[in-house]
Amino acid sequence: MKILVCISKTPDTTAKIAFADNNTKFVQEGVQWIINPYDEWYALVRAIELKEKDPSTIIHLITVGAADTEPIIRKALALGGDEAIRVNADSHDSFYIASQIAEIAKQGGYDLIFTGKETIDYNGSSIGGMVAELLDQPYVSLATKFELNGTTATINREIEGGEETCEVNVPVVVSCQKGMAEQRIPNMKGIMGARTKPLKVAEPVAVDALTSVASFELPPAKAGVKLVDAENVGELVRLLHEEAKVI
Amino acid sequence: MSVLIFIDSADGHVKKSSFEALTYGAQLAKQLGTAAEAVLLGTVADDVAALGKYGVTKIHHVANETLNHVDAQLYTKAIADVATASGATVIVLSHNLTGKAVAPRLSARLKAGLVAGAVGLPNTAGGFVVKKGVFSSKAFAHMNVNTAMKIISISPNSFQTVAGEGTAEVVAAQVTVDSPKVKITATNKVTGQVPLSEAELVVSGGRGLKGPENWGMVEELAGLIGAATACSRAVADAHWRPHHEHVGQTGGSIAPNLYLAIGISGAIQHLAGVNRSKVIVVINKDPEAPFFKAADYGIVGDAFDVVPKMIAEVKKLKGVA
Ligand SMILES: Cc1cc2nc3c(=O)[nH]c(=O)nc-3n(C[C@H](O)[C@H](O)[C@H](O)COP(=O)(O)OP(=O)(O)OC[C@H]3O[C@@H](n4cnc5c(N)ncnc54)[C@H](O)[C@@H]3O)c2cc1C
Ligand SMILES: Nc1ncnc2c1ncn2[C@@H]1O[C@H](COP(=O)(O)O)[C@@H](O)[C@H]1O
Repeated sequence: MKILVCISKTPDTTAKIAFADNNTKFVQEGVQWIINPYDEWYALVRAIELKEKDPSTIIHLITVGAADTEPIIRKALALGGDEAIRVNADSHDSFYIASQIAEIAKQGGYDLIFTGKETIDYNGSSIGGMVAELLDQPYVSLATKFELNGTTATINREIEGGEETCEVNVPVVVSCQKGMAEQRIPNMKGIMGARTKPLKVAEPVAVDALTSVASFELPPAKAGVKLVDAENVGELVRLLHEEAKVI
Repeated sequence: MSVLIFIDSADGHVKKSSFEALTYGAQLAKQLGTAAEAVLLGTVADDVAALGKYGVTKIHHVANETLNHVDAQLYTKAIADVATASGATVIVLSHNLTGKAVAPRLSARLKAGLVAGAVGLPNTAGGFVVKKGVFSSKAFAHMNVNTAMKIISISPNSFQTVAGEGTAEVVAAQVTVDSPKVKITATNKVTGQVPLSEAELVVSGGRGLKGPENWGMVEELAGLIGAATACSRAVADAHWRPHHEHVGQTGGSIAPNLYLAIGISGAIQHLAGVNRSKVIVVINKDPEAPFFKAADYGIVGDAFDVVPKMIAEVKKLKGVA
């Protein structure tokens, strides 16, 4: 079994979001970068678990990013995985990124491609589906559970108001969310080992970006909370009914 | 040139999020001076022609039962075929679970720029720019779509449904449907409850509720006002509530008209999933809880005192004993 795990770099969840240059650039000063939580906690850890069960499993990590993504991919290698590939390109267009991943995937002949549910900065939830289409493979989105039996995967995925279980033969692309695995902390052995794992750099293939950011905008600040006394709960219900008109 | 709206259905019924998509698509078509048409996959029990009240004139119906279950590959091919045959230049979907599975595939297949999670109509003065949430609802981006064919998936509950008069012409669409590669073996749905992603009102509980045994009052209050229930990650992690109720950065992202948070501190990762809610109400015994900064209404008090009183007041309001 050969697995490709897609890893992206995102600002830490508590990072201050601010923009400069007429709201066209995200301010990176002081921002701490992390592995996108869905990629780390669910996609990568589940792949590692599959390798623990079947040691012949090969795990490759891929990131599409400039040289400054290398600390992130090393961090991911410290958790597990055999080698990493960085496609040397800096883009936020989902189709551009997906095309680069699909290109590497074609060369590598992977049975499984795992992505996270979405990046917590651009929130596209798109790249897995695009990769699947580019490879003409099935796509199971928002998976909460993944089991492998030979070449057949049994996957639970979220549907509105519940879950469904499905079966599909590899190759398949899966986007991973909560439920797939539990977060792990890298240990010293992993961190030391990651230093010597191969990190290959590939040049991107030429692809046109389909979208681009024109500008950013911060939401308007809230007017401030209207506090109601705990002894006067009826007043809150009245306000919600008459003023906010929500109940 | 036309706008094609994908109508999503489940268990024989058109989803509420599709009414929003239809309204959005119809308004966009008007803005572009073109026709709004729709595509429906699979068979439904609902009156399809009646969906014309949201402003679509024609509905392409692929009444093939294989499509009663969402299959990203089959849906993509069917929608793309209808789009090509009908000369659509914009495709509109809901950014719900089906949309997340299908829209990206469509984008890659048609080489059409996708804006995933749009929150407003495009600005078409001189270009095609669509606003969407980024940084987990902490900001918005205005996205240029640079391709002739465009795809927009709209964030659920961020666009007001408008229903008028009118019926749509329903035409059978000729599309070949292969057999699905993904076989669905079981579905496990909570019945009789509004799915969280579609709920207009949400009552949510955090660790302040102390344990799963105390959720009775949360469910009672939610039931009284017709709300769905949600929870913080701490609560789902402790297995007090099912995973699908967890909202926030790593859980569901929702934008209901009312989000009532009980015993939730309001950590930034929690807010990321709920801060697009129209009205936020916080009940927390700590006046310093960060959630109050994001709230519209609040009570500083003990949930075990306030919530039962609230239930009694809502009962009074609704005239139930
Ligand atoms: C990368 C990352 C991602 C995360 N993603 C999410 C996410 O998606 N969703 C999420 O929710 N969290 C997420 N978290 C966790 C988040 O940071 C908080 O830890 C979590 O939201 C806390 O849950 P809570 O508010 O229920 O619990 P607590 O922080 O323990 O807060 C409980 C609150 O209840 C109040 N309280 C106590 N007793 C009472 C009472 N009797 N009556 C009224 N109020 C009472 C307290 O004053 C307190 O404010 C994430 C964290 C990280 C690091
Ligand atoms: N630059 C990138 N390099 C590699 N994988 C990525 C990149 N961006 C996103 N992904 C993967 O695609 C998933 C969905 O991203 P998105 O469609 O941007 O929400 C992420 O969780 C990652 O697994």
